[in-house]
Amino acid sequence: MIKTLSATRIRAVVAKELRDYRRNRFVATTMAIMPILFMIAPIVTIFSLPADAASQKLDAGIGVSVLYLTLIPALVPAVVSSYSVIGEREQGTLEPVLTTPLRREELLLGKALAAYLPTLVISYVMYGIFLACVGLFAHQNVADDVFQAGRILAQVLFTPLLAAWSIFAGIAISTRANDVRVAQQLSTLVSLPPMAVTALIGFGVLAPTPRIAVALGAAMLVIDIAAGRFVSRLFDRERLLTGVKV
Amino acid sequence: MNAQHASGPALVVDHLTKRFGERTACSEVSFTVDYGEVFGFLGPNGAGKTTTVRTLGTLIAPTSGTASVAGLPLSEANGVAIRSRIAVMPEAPGLYLRLSVAENLAYFAGLYELTDRRERIARALKSVGLEHRADDLCRSLSKGLRQRVGLARALLTDPQVLFLDEPTSGLDPVAAREVHDLIDALRKRGVTIFLTTHRLAEAERLCDRVGIMNTTLRTIGRPDELRDQLFSKTIELRTRAPLAEPDQVLAGLPGCESWRLTEDGTTYVLSVTDPDTAAPAAARAVLAAGADLLALTPTRHSLEDVYLQMIDSDVEAEQR
Repeated sequence: MIKTLSATRIRAVVAKELRDYRRNRFVATTMAIMPILFMIAPIVTIFSLPADAASQKLDAGIGVSVLYLTLIPALVPAVVSSYSVIGEREQGTLEPVLTTPLRREELLLGKALAAYLPTLVISYVMYGIFLACVGLFAHQNVADDVFQAGRILAQVLFTPLLAAWSIFAGIAISTRANDVRVAQQLSTLVSLPPMAVTALIGFGVLAPTPRIAVALGAAMLVIDIAAGRFVSRLFDRERLLTGVKV
Repeated sequence: MNAQHASGPALVVDHLTKRFGERTACSEVSFTVDYGEVFGFLGPNGAGKTTTVRTLGTLIAPTSGTASVAGLPLSEANGVAIRSRIAVMPEAPGLYLRLSVAENLAYFAGLYELTDRRERIARALKSVGLEHRADDLCRSLSKGLRQRVGLARALLTDPQVLFLDEPTSGLDPVAAREVHDLIDALRKRGVTIFLTTHRLAEAERLCDRVGIMNTTLRTIGRPDELRDQLFSKTIELRTRAPLAEPDQVLAGLPGCESWRLTEDGTTYVLSVTDPDTAAPAAARAVLAAGADLLALTPTRHSLEDVYLQMIDSDVEAEQR
Protein backbone atom coordinates (compact mmCIF):
# COMPACT_ATOMS: atom_id res chain seq x y z
CA MET A 1 0.00 0.00 0.00
CA ILE A 2 1.37 3.41 -0.94
CA LYS A 3 1.21 5.87 1.91
CA THR A 4 0.67 9.52 1.12
CA LEU A 5 2.90 11.69 3.22
CA SER A 6 1.54 15.04 4.31
CA ALA A 7 3.70 18.06 3.51
CA THR A 8 1.79 20.07 6.13
CA ARG A 9 2.65 17.65 8.91
CA ILE A 10 6.29 17.41 7.80
CA ARG A 11 6.51 21.21 7.71
CA ALA A 12 5.02 21.36 11.20
CA VAL A 13 7.70 18.97 12.51
CA VAL A 14 10.51 20.91 10.78
CA ALA A 15 9.26 24.26 12.11
CA LYS A 16 8.93 22.94 15.64
CA GLU A 17 12.36 21.32 15.59
CA LEU A 18 14.09 24.45 14.29
CA ARG A 19 12.36 26.57 16.90
CA ASP A 20 13.34 24.12 19.61
CA TYR A 21 17.00 24.04 18.45
CA ARG A 22 17.22 27.81 18.53
CA ARG A 23 16.16 27.79 22.16
CA ASN A 24 18.33 24.84 23.17
CA ARG A 25 21.58 26.38 24.34
CA PHE A 26 23.62 23.21 23.86
CA VAL A 27 22.44 22.67 20.29
CA ALA A 28 22.73 26.34 19.33
CA THR A 29 26.27 26.58 20.74
CA THR A 30 27.37 23.38 19.05
CA MET A 31 25.96 24.52 15.72
CA ALA A 32 27.69 27.87 16.02
CA ILE A 33 31.12 27.02 17.43
CA MET A 34 31.94 23.64 15.89
CA PRO A 35 31.80 24.81 12.25
CA ILE A 36 33.93 27.87 12.96
CA LEU A 37 36.62 25.69 14.55
CA PHE A 38 36.53 23.26 11.63
CA MET A 39 36.89 26.15 9.19
CA ILE A 40 39.73 27.94 10.97
CA ALA A 41 41.86 24.79 11.23
CA PRO A 42 42.02 24.13 7.43
CA ILE A 43 42.70 27.78 6.67
CA VAL A 44 45.66 27.73 9.05
CA THR A 45 46.87 24.47 7.48
CA ILE A 46 46.62 25.85 3.95
CA PHE A 47 48.32 29.10 4.84
CA SER A 48 51.21 27.25 6.43
CA LEU A 49 51.98 25.48 3.12
CA PRO A 50 55.00 27.10 1.46
CA ALA A 51 54.89 28.39 -2.11
CA ASP A 52 57.33 25.70 -3.25
CA ALA A 53 55.68 22.80 -1.39
CA ALA A 54 56.29 19.41 -2.91
CA SER A 55 53.34 17.63 -4.46
CA GLN A 56 53.18 15.08 -1.61
CA LYS A 57 53.18 17.77 1.06
CA LEU A 58 50.58 19.70 -0.86
CA ASP A 59 48.29 16.67 -1.03
CA ALA A 60 48.74 16.00 2.68
CA GLY A 61 47.98 19.61 3.62
CA ILE A 62 44.93 19.85 1.41
CA GLY A 63 43.80 16.39 2.55
CA VAL A 64 43.85 17.47 6.18
CA SER A 65 42.00 20.66 5.30
CA VAL A 66 39.29 18.81 3.40
CA LEU A 67 38.97 16.38 6.28
CA TYR A 68 38.36 19.24 8.69
CA LEU A 69 35.74 20.72 6.41
CA THR A 70 33.92 17.43 6.02
CA LEU A 71 33.75 17.16 9.78
CA ILE A 72 31.14 19.94 9.65
CA PRO A 73 28.42 17.99 7.78
CA ALA A 74 29.39 14.83 9.64
CA LEU A 75 29.41 16.06 13.22
CA VAL A 76 27.01 19.00 13.39
CA PRO A 77 23.86 16.99 12.52
CA ALA A 78 25.03 14.03 14.64
CA VAL A 79 24.55 16.11 17.77
CA VAL A 80 21.05 17.13 16.78
CA SER A 81 19.79 13.89 15.27
CA SER A 82 21.00 11.75 18.14
CA TYR A 83 18.72 13.79 20.40
CA SER A 84 15.72 13.62 18.07
CA VAL A 85 13.82 10.58 19.37
CA ILE A 86 15.32 9.89 22.78
CA GLY A 87 15.02 13.58 23.59
CA GLU A 88 11.28 13.39 22.95
CA ARG A 89 11.05 10.27 25.07
CA GLU A 90 12.88 11.91 27.96
CA GLN A 91 10.69 15.02 27.79
CA GLY A 92 7.54 12.87 27.64
CA THR A 93 6.52 14.49 24.36
CA LEU A 94 6.75 11.40 22.18
CA GLU A 95 3.44 9.86 23.28
CA PRO A 96 1.33 12.97 22.62
CA VAL A 97 2.94 13.32 19.19
CA LEU A 98 2.29 9.67 18.35
CA THR A 99 -1.38 10.05 19.25
CA THR A 100 -1.81 12.49 16.34
CA PRO A 101 -2.34 11.40 12.73
CA LEU A 102 1.39 11.90 12.11
CA ARG A 103 2.96 8.91 10.35
CA ARG A 104 6.34 7.65 11.49
CA GLU A 105 7.83 8.45 8.06
CA GLU A 106 6.58 12.03 8.37
CA LEU A 107 8.03 12.38 11.86
CA LEU A 108 11.40 10.97 10.82
CA LEU A 109 11.52 12.97 7.60
CA GLY A 110 10.62 16.15 9.45
CA LYS A 111 13.29 15.55 12.05
CA ALA A 112 15.86 14.65 9.39
CA LEU A 113 15.10 17.79 7.35
CA ALA A 114 15.29 19.99 10.43
CA ALA A 115 18.82 18.73 11.02
CA TYR A 116 19.71 18.62 7.33
CA LEU A 117 18.81 22.13 6.21
CA PRO A 118 20.85 24.11 8.74
CA THR A 119 23.75 21.67 8.31
CA LEU A 120 23.85 22.25 4.55
CA VAL A 121 23.68 26.01 4.93
CA ILE A 122 26.41 26.06 7.58
CA SER A 123 28.64 23.61 5.67
CA TYR A 124 28.43 25.44 2.34
CA VAL A 125 28.89 28.83 3.94
CA MET A 126 32.01 27.59 5.75
CA TYR A 127 33.33 26.01 2.55
CA GLY A 128 32.64 29.24 0.68
CA ILE A 129 34.58 31.25 3.27
CA PHE A 130 37.42 28.71 3.08
CA LEU A 131 37.58 28.98 -0.72
CA ALA A 132 37.45 32.78 -0.57
CA CYS A 133 40.34 32.87 1.91
CA VAL A 134 42.39 30.44 -0.17
CA GLY A 135 41.66 32.36 -3.40
CA LEU A 136 42.59 35.68 -1.83
CA PHE A 137 45.50 34.87 0.44
CA ALA A 138 47.05 31.44 -0.28
CA HIS A 139 50.04 30.82 -2.54
CA GLN A 140 49.08 30.39 -6.17
CA ASN A 141 50.20 26.76 -6.47
CA VAL A 142 48.22 25.86 -3.34
CA ALA A 143 45.16 27.73 -4.58
CA ASP A 144 45.40 26.01 -7.97
CA ASP A 145 45.34 22.61 -6.28
CA VAL A 146 42.44 23.50 -3.98
CA PHE A 147 40.41 24.89 -6.88
CA GLN A 148 40.60 21.73 -8.98
CA ALA A 149 37.13 20.94 -10.32
CA GLY A 150 37.26 17.40 -8.94
CA ARG A 151 38.03 18.59 -5.41
CA ILE A 152 35.27 21.20 -5.43
CA LEU A 153 32.74 18.83 -6.94
CA ALA A 154 33.63 16.17 -4.35
CA GLN A 155 33.14 18.64 -1.51
CA VAL A 156 29.85 19.93 -2.92
CA LEU A 157 28.54 16.41 -3.53
CA PHE A 158 29.80 14.79 -0.34
CA THR A 159 28.55 17.48 2.02
CA PRO A 160 24.82 16.57 1.73
CA LEU A 161 25.60 12.86 1.52
CA LEU A 162 27.75 12.88 4.65
CA ALA A 163 25.10 14.92 6.44
CA ALA A 164 22.37 12.48 5.40
CA TRP A 165 24.38 9.50 6.66
CA SER A 166 25.12 11.25 9.91
CA ILE A 167 21.46 12.18 10.42
CA PHE A 168 20.09 8.71 9.66
CA ALA A 169 22.72 7.09 11.90
CA GLY A 170 21.92 9.58 14.64
CA ILE A 171 18.19 8.97 14.44
CA ALA A 172 18.71 5.20 14.34
CA ILE A 173 20.80 5.34 17.50
CA SER A 174 18.32 7.75 19.07
CA THR A 175 15.44 5.32 18.54
CA ARG A 176 17.28 2.54 20.32
CA ALA A 177 19.31 4.34 22.98
CA ASN A 178 18.21 4.77 26.56
CA ASP A 179 20.42 7.72 27.38
CA VAL A 180 20.95 10.98 25.49
CA ARG A 181 24.67 11.19 26.19
CA VAL A 182 25.33 7.66 25.03
CA ALA A 183 23.29 8.38 21.90
CA GLN A 184 25.33 11.49 21.15
CA GLN A 185 28.67 9.76 21.65
CA LEU A 186 27.68 6.79 19.51
CA SER A 187 26.27 9.03 16.79
CA THR A 188 29.48 11.03 16.64
CA LEU A 189 31.48 7.83 16.20
CA VAL A 190 29.17 6.34 13.60
CA SER A 191 29.14 9.55 11.57
CA LEU A 192 32.88 9.35 10.93
CA PRO A 193 33.50 6.24 8.72
CA PRO A 194 32.09 7.73 5.48
CA MET A 195 34.66 10.48 5.79
CA ALA A 196 37.20 7.90 4.63
CA VAL A 197 35.71 8.28 1.15
CA THR A 198 36.33 12.02 1.12
CA ALA A 199 39.79 11.45 2.56
CA LEU A 200 40.68 9.25 -0.43
CA ILE A 201 40.24 12.22 -2.73
CA GLY A 202 41.46 14.79 -0.24
CA PHE A 203 44.81 13.06 0.29
CA GLY A 204 45.19 12.30 -3.41
CA VAL A 205 44.92 8.53 -3.00
CA LEU A 206 42.28 8.74 -5.72
CA ALA A 207 42.81 11.33 -8.42
CA PRO A 208 40.46 14.27 -7.72
CA THR A 209 38.60 14.03 -11.03
CA PRO A 210 34.90 14.89 -11.46
CA ARG A 211 34.15 11.33 -12.62
CA ILE A 212 35.58 9.75 -9.46
CA ALA A 213 33.77 12.33 -7.31
CA VAL A 214 30.44 11.49 -8.99
CA ALA A 215 31.04 7.73 -8.71
CA LEU A 216 31.85 7.94 -5.00
CA GLY A 217 28.91 10.28 -4.49
CA ALA A 218 26.56 7.77 -6.15
CA ALA A 219 27.86 5.00 -3.90
CA MET A 220 27.25 7.14 -0.83
CA LEU A 221 23.78 8.02 -2.06
CA VAL A 222 22.89 4.33 -2.26
CA ILE A 223 24.16 3.82 1.29
CA ASP A 224 22.15 6.85 2.48
CA ILE A 225 18.93 5.56 0.92
CA ALA A 226 19.44 2.17 2.56
CA ALA A 227 20.13 3.90 5.88
CA GLY A 228 16.93 5.94 5.56
CA ARG A 229 14.84 2.84 5.01
CA PHE A 230 16.55 1.06 7.88
CA VAL A 231 15.78 3.95 10.24
CA SER A 232 12.11 3.91 9.26
CA ARG A 233 11.93 0.21 10.10
CA LEU A 234 13.65 0.73 13.43
CA PHE A 235 11.04 3.22 14.55
CA ASP A 236 8.54 1.05 16.38
CA ARG A 237 5.83 2.97 18.25
CA GLU A 238 5.11 0.14 20.63
CA ARG A 239 8.71 -0.42 21.62
CA LEU A 240 9.33 3.29 22.04
CA LEU A 241 6.33 3.71 24.34
CA THR A 242 6.44 0.52 26.35
CA GLY A 243 10.12 -0.38 26.16
CA VAL A 244 9.08 -3.90 25.25
CA LYS A 245 10.46 -5.48 22.10
CA VAL A 246 7.57 -6.72 20.01
CA MET B 1 -17.79 20.21 20.23
CA ASN B 2 -17.87 17.82 17.38
CA ALA B 3 -21.41 17.09 16.39
CA GLN B 4 -20.52 14.93 13.41
CA HIS B 5 -20.54 11.58 15.10
CA ALA B 6 -20.54 8.32 13.26
CA SER B 7 -23.58 6.18 13.93
CA GLY B 8 -23.39 3.57 16.69
CA PRO B 9 -21.41 3.73 19.90
CA ALA B 10 -18.25 5.80 20.26
CA LEU B 11 -16.26 2.78 21.46
CA VAL B 12 -16.95 -0.90 21.06
CA VAL B 13 -14.36 -3.16 22.66
CA ASP B 14 -14.69 -6.89 22.24
CA HIS B 15 -12.46 -9.36 24.09
CA LEU B 16 -9.43 -7.12 23.80
CA THR B 17 -6.23 -8.70 25.09
CA LYS B 18 -2.70 -7.35 25.18
CA ARG B 19 0.33 -9.34 26.24
CA PHE B 20 3.90 -8.17 26.54
CA GLY B 21 5.82 -11.41 26.31
CA GLU B 22 4.75 -13.51 29.28
CA ARG B 23 2.99 -10.64 31.01
CA THR B 24 -0.69 -10.02 30.33
CA ALA B 25 -1.51 -6.33 30.61
CA CYS B 26 -5.21 -6.67 29.88
CA SER B 27 -7.28 -9.71 29.10
CA GLU B 28 -10.63 -10.28 27.41
CA VAL B 29 -11.82 -6.72 27.99
CA SER B 30 -15.24 -5.95 26.49
CA PHE B 31 -17.40 -2.85 26.84
CA THR B 32 -19.11 -0.11 24.85
CA VAL B 33 -19.21 3.63 25.36
CA ASP B 34 -21.92 5.79 23.80
CA TYR B 35 -21.42 9.22 22.31
CA GLY B 36 -21.80 11.98 24.89
CA GLU B 37 -21.02 9.60 27.74
CA VAL B 38 -18.28 10.07 30.33
CA PHE B 39 -16.91 6.64 31.01
CA GLY B 40 -14.59 6.05 33.95
CA PHE B 41 -11.97 3.35 33.73
CA LEU B 42 -10.82 2.51 37.23
CA GLY B 43 -8.20 0.18 38.57
CA PRO B 44 -5.03 -0.03 40.62
CA ASN B 45 -1.60 0.72 39.18
CA GLY B 46 -0.64 -1.91 36.64
CA ALA B 47 -4.25 -2.96 36.06
CA GLY B 48 -3.97 -2.41 32.30
CA LYS B 49 -5.80 0.91 32.05
CA THR B 50 -3.10 2.79 30.17
CA THR B 51 -2.45 -0.22 27.94
CA THR B 52 -6.14 -0.26 27.00
CA VAL B 53 -6.06 3.46 26.20
CA ARG B 54 -2.88 3.08 24.16
CA THR B 55 -4.41 0.17 22.28
CA LEU B 56 -7.61 2.08 21.51
CA GLY B 57 -5.48 5.07 20.53
CA THR B 58 -3.67 2.86 17.95
CA LEU B 59 -0.35 3.36 19.69
CA ILE B 60 0.06 -0.34 20.36
CA ALA B 61 -1.48 -3.33 18.63
CA PRO B 62 -3.77 -5.72 20.50
CA THR B 63 -2.65 -9.32 20.87
CA SER B 64 -6.22 -10.47 20.25
CA GLY B 65 -9.75 -9.14 20.25
CA THR B 66 -11.35 -6.40 18.23
CA ALA B 67 -12.54 -2.86 18.77
CA SER B 68 -14.11 0.01 16.96
CA VAL B 69 -13.09 3.56 17.81
CA ALA B 70 -15.18 6.55 16.71
CA GLY B 71 -16.89 4.34 14.17
CA LEU B 72 -13.75 2.83 12.66
CA PRO B 73 -12.51 -0.73 13.17
CA LEU B 74 -9.28 -0.78 15.14
CA SER B 75 -6.52 -1.77 12.72
CA GLU B 76 -3.12 -0.57 11.62
CA ALA B 77 -4.58 0.54 8.29
CA ASN B 78 -7.10 2.76 10.10
CA GLY B 79 -4.50 4.19 12.47
CA VAL B 80 -4.23 7.63 10.91
CA ALA B 81 -8.00 7.94 10.41
CA ILE B 82 -8.73 6.90 14.01
CA ARG B 83 -6.11 9.25 15.41
CA SER B 84 -7.68 12.08 13.39
CA ARG B 85 -11.00 11.50 15.15
CA ILE B 86 -9.80 11.13 18.72
CA ALA B 87 -7.54 12.95 21.14
CA VAL B 88 -5.48 11.40 23.89
CA MET B 89 -4.13 13.25 26.87
CA PRO B 90 -1.51 11.01 28.48
CA GLU B 91 -0.79 11.05 32.19
CA ALA B 92 2.09 13.51 31.74
CA PRO B 93 0.98 16.35 29.45
CA GLY B 94 4.26 16.14 27.49
CA LEU B 95 4.77 19.75 26.51
CA TYR B 96 7.78 21.27 24.79
CA LEU B 97 9.05 23.36 27.66
CA ARG B 98 11.19 25.66 25.51
CA LEU B 99 8.15 26.58 23.41
CA SER B 100 5.32 28.85 24.42
CA VAL B 101 1.79 27.63 25.10
CA ALA B 102 0.60 28.89 21.71
CA GLU B 103 3.62 27.38 19.92
CA ASN B 104 2.91 24.01 21.48
CA LEU B 105 -0.68 24.16 20.30
CA ALA B 106 0.34 25.45 16.87
CA TYR B 107 2.61 22.44 16.42
CA PHE B 108 -0.22 20.02 17.14
CA ALA B 109 -2.63 22.04 14.99
CA GLY B 110 -0.14 21.48 12.16
CA LEU B 111 0.06 17.76 12.87
CA TYR B 112 -3.75 17.59 12.60
CA GLU B 113 -3.60 19.73 9.42
CA LEU B 114 -6.10 22.18 10.84
CA THR B 115 -6.77 25.13 8.57
CA ASP B 116 -8.28 27.63 11.01
CA ARG B 117 -5.42 27.28 13.49
CA ARG B 118 -5.56 30.71 15.15
CA GLU B 119 -9.25 30.41 15.90
CA ARG B 120 -8.90 26.84 17.14
CA ILE B 121 -5.99 27.69 19.41
CA ALA B 122 -7.79 30.73 20.80
CA ARG B 123 -10.94 28.66 21.42
CA ALA B 124 -9.06 25.80 23.07
CA LEU B 125 -7.14 28.18 25.34
CA LYS B 126 -10.34 29.98 26.26
CA SER B 127 -12.03 26.71 27.17
CA VAL B 128 -9.31 25.98 29.73
CA GLY B 129 -9.00 29.59 30.90
CA LEU B 130 -5.50 30.15 29.57
CA GLU B 131 -6.14 32.75 26.89
CA HIS B 132 -3.88 35.22 28.72
CA ARG B 133 -0.97 32.79 29.01
CA ALA B 134 -0.62 31.98 25.30
CA ASP B 135 2.83 33.56 25.00
CA ASP B 136 4.25 32.13 28.21
CA LEU B 137 6.94 29.49 27.89
CA CYS B 138 5.62 26.16 29.11
CA ARG B 139 8.60 25.74 31.43
CA SER B 140 7.31 28.73 33.42
CA LEU B 141 3.93 27.11 34.10
CA SER B 142 2.92 25.20 37.21
CA LYS B 143 2.04 21.52 36.96
CA GLY B 144 -1.66 22.30 37.09
CA LEU B 145 -1.39 24.85 34.29
CA ARG B 146 0.63 22.43 32.17
CA GLN B 147 -2.14 19.91 32.62
CA ARG B 148 -4.58 22.51 31.39
CA VAL B 149 -2.42 23.17 28.33
CA GLY B 150 -2.46 19.42 27.68
CA LEU B 151 -6.23 19.51 27.87
CA ALA B 152 -6.38 22.50 25.50
CA ARG B 153 -4.20 20.56 23.08
CA ALA B 154 -6.57 17.61 23.25
CA LEU B 155 -9.51 19.92 22.51
CA LEU B 156 -7.93 21.53 19.44
CA THR B 157 -9.59 19.15 17.02
CA ASP B 158 -13.02 18.82 18.64
CA PRO B 159 -12.39 15.07 18.97
CA GLN B 160 -15.18 12.53 18.75
CA VAL B 161 -13.67 10.68 21.68
CA LEU B 162 -11.39 12.26 24.25
CA PHE B 163 -9.15 9.90 26.22
CA LEU B 164 -7.90 11.36 29.49
CA ASP B 165 -5.32 9.20 31.21
CA GLU B 166 -5.05 10.10 34.90
CA PRO B 167 -5.65 13.80 34.23
CA THR B 168 -5.25 14.82 37.87
CA SER B 169 -2.31 12.61 38.73
CA GLY B 170 0.20 14.50 40.85
CA LEU B 171 -1.92 17.63 41.10
CA ASP B 172 -2.67 19.40 44.35
CA PRO B 173 -6.34 19.48 45.42
CA VAL B 174 -6.97 22.95 44.00
CA ALA B 175 -5.44 22.15 40.64
CA ALA B 176 -7.27 18.82 40.59
CA ARG B 177 -10.56 20.57 41.25
CA GLU B 178 -9.88 22.95 38.36
CA VAL B 179 -9.35 19.98 36.04
CA HIS B 180 -12.55 18.39 37.39
CA ASP B 181 -14.47 21.56 36.60
CA LEU B 182 -13.08 21.56 33.07
CA ILE B 183 -14.08 17.93 32.53
CA ASP B 184 -17.49 18.68 33.97
CA ALA B 185 -17.86 21.56 31.52
CA LEU B 186 -16.88 19.27 28.64
CA ARG B 187 -19.43 16.71 29.76
CA LYS B 188 -22.13 19.36 29.72
CA ARG B 189 -21.10 20.18 26.15
CA GLY B 190 -21.65 16.53 25.18
CA VAL B 191 -18.04 15.49 24.66
CA THR B 192 -17.47 11.74 24.84
CA ILE B 193 -14.81 11.19 27.47
CA PHE B 194 -12.94 8.04 28.39
CA LEU B 195 -11.46 8.87 31.76
CA THR B 196 -8.78 6.65 33.23
CA THR B 197 -8.24 7.22 36.91
CA HIS B 198 -7.67 5.62 40.26
CA ARG B 199 -9.24 8.55 42.08
CA LEU B 200 -12.63 7.17 42.97
CA ALA B 201 -14.21 10.42 44.09
CA GLU B 202 -13.22 11.85 40.72
CA ALA B 203 -14.93 9.00 38.89
CA GLU B 204 -18.00 9.18 41.10
CA ARG B 205 -18.37 12.89 40.49
CA LEU B 206 -17.68 12.95 36.76
CA CYS B 207 -18.63 9.64 35.22
CA ASP B 208 -21.95 8.37 33.91
CA ARG B 209 -20.66 4.80 34.03
CA VAL B 210 -17.52 3.17 35.30
CA GLY B 211 -15.62 -0.02 34.61
CA ILE B 212 -13.36 -1.51 37.25
CA MET B 213 -10.30 -3.08 35.74
CA ASN B 214 -7.71 -5.39 37.20
CA THR B 215 -6.18 -7.00 34.12
CA THR B 216 -9.69 -8.21 33.33
CA LEU B 217 -12.73 -5.98 33.47
CA ARG B 218 -14.17 -6.88 36.86
CA THR B 219 -17.43 -4.99 36.64
CA ILE B 220 -19.12 -2.23 34.72
CA GLY B 221 -22.15 -0.04 35.33
CA ARG B 222 -23.46 3.18 36.79
CA PRO B 223 -21.92 3.93 40.20
CA ASP B 224 -25.32 3.58 41.97
CA GLU B 225 -26.05 0.32 40.13
CA LEU B 226 -22.74 -1.11 41.25
CA ARG B 227 -23.45 -0.12 44.83
CA ASP B 228 -26.83 -1.82 44.69
CA GLN B 229 -25.34 -4.94 43.11
CA LEU B 230 -22.65 -5.35 45.70
CA PHE B 231 -24.14 -4.07 48.90
CA SER B 232 -27.48 -4.63 50.59
CA LYS B 233 -29.37 -1.49 51.62
CA THR B 234 -28.94 -0.68 55.26
CA ILE B 235 -29.93 1.93 57.79
CA GLU B 236 -28.10 2.73 61.00
CA LEU B 237 -29.86 3.75 64.19
CA ARG B 238 -28.14 4.87 67.34
CA THR B 239 -29.75 4.96 70.78
CA ARG B 240 -28.59 6.52 74.06
CA ALA B 241 -28.57 3.10 75.81
CA PRO B 242 -28.77 -0.47 74.48
CA LEU B 243 -32.32 -1.66 73.71
CA ALA B 244 -33.64 -4.06 76.33
CA GLU B 245 -35.34 -6.38 73.81
CA PRO B 246 -33.83 -5.47 70.41
CA ASP B 247 -35.17 -8.53 68.62
CA GLN B 248 -38.70 -7.69 69.60
CA VAL B 249 -38.28 -4.06 68.48
CA LEU B 250 -36.42 -4.55 65.21
CA ALA B 251 -37.08 -8.02 63.82
CA GLY B 252 -40.68 -7.44 62.86
CA LEU B 253 -40.25 -4.06 61.20
CA PRO B 254 -41.67 -3.78 57.67
CA GLY B 255 -38.95 -4.27 55.08
CA CYS B 256 -36.32 -5.23 57.67
CA GLU B 257 -34.54 -8.42 56.65
CA SER B 258 -32.04 -8.65 59.51
CA TRP B 259 -30.25 -6.56 62.05
CA ARG B 260 -26.98 -6.56 63.98
CA LEU B 261 -25.47 -4.63 66.84
CA THR B 262 -22.11 -2.96 66.31
CA GLU B 263 -19.24 -3.06 68.79
CA ASP B 264 -20.16 0.22 70.49
CA GLY B 265 -23.29 -1.48 71.89
CA THR B 266 -25.76 1.25 70.94
CA THR B 267 -25.67 1.30 67.11
CA TYR B 268 -27.93 -1.09 65.23
CA VAL B 269 -27.43 -1.81 61.51
CA LEU B 270 -30.62 -2.95 59.78
CA SER B 271 -30.59 -4.65 56.36
CA VAL B 272 -33.71 -3.44 54.61
CA THR B 273 -35.45 -3.82 51.29
CA ASP B 274 -36.58 -0.20 51.15
CA PRO B 275 -34.96 2.41 53.45
CA ASP B 276 -37.81 4.90 52.86
CA THR B 277 -40.34 2.50 54.39
CA ALA B 278 -38.14 0.94 57.03
CA ALA B 279 -36.63 4.14 58.52
CA PRO B 280 -39.85 5.77 59.84
CA ALA B 281 -41.09 2.41 61.13
CA ALA B 282 -37.79 1.82 62.93
CA ALA B 283 -37.96 5.29 64.52
CA ARG B 284 -41.49 4.70 65.75
CA ALA B 285 -40.59 1.26 67.13
CA VAL B 286 -37.55 2.49 69.03
CA LEU B 287 -39.46 5.40 70.57
CA ALA B 288 -42.37 3.10 71.42
CA ALA B 289 -39.91 0.86 73.29
CA GLY B 290 -39.07 3.85 75.47
CA ALA B 291 -35.55 4.33 74.13
CA ASP B 292 -33.91 7.65 73.23
CA LEU B 293 -33.16 7.74 69.49
CA LEU B 294 -30.00 9.78 68.81
CA ALA B 295 -29.54 9.21 65.08
CA LEU B 296 -31.15 7.38 62.19
CA THR B 297 -29.29 7.38 58.86
CA PRO B 298 -29.42 5.32 55.70
CA THR B 299 -25.98 3.86 55.00
CA ARG B 300 -24.59 5.07 51.69
CA HIS B 301 -21.83 3.01 50.16
CA SER B 302 -19.38 4.95 48.04
CA LEU B 303 -17.80 3.93 44.77
CA GLU B 304 -14.68 3.42 46.85
CA ASP B 305 -16.48 0.65 48.76
CA VAL B 306 -17.41 -0.98 45.46
CA TYR B 307 -13.87 -0.63 44.17
CA LEU B 308 -12.27 -2.02 47.31
CA GLN B 309 -14.72 -4.92 47.36
CA MET B 310 -13.73 -5.84 43.80
CA ILE B 311 -10.00 -5.37 44.18
CA ASP B 312 -9.86 -7.01 47.63
CA SER B 313 -11.62 -10.07 46.29
CA ASP B 314 -8.95 -10.26 43.56
CA VAL B 315 -6.20 -10.04 46.17
CA GLU B 316 -7.85 -12.78 48.23
CA ALA B 317 -8.22 -14.97 45.15
CA GLU B 318 -4.52 -14.49 44.35
CA GLN B 319 -3.55 -15.40 47.91
CA ARG B 320 -5.59 -18.60 47.72
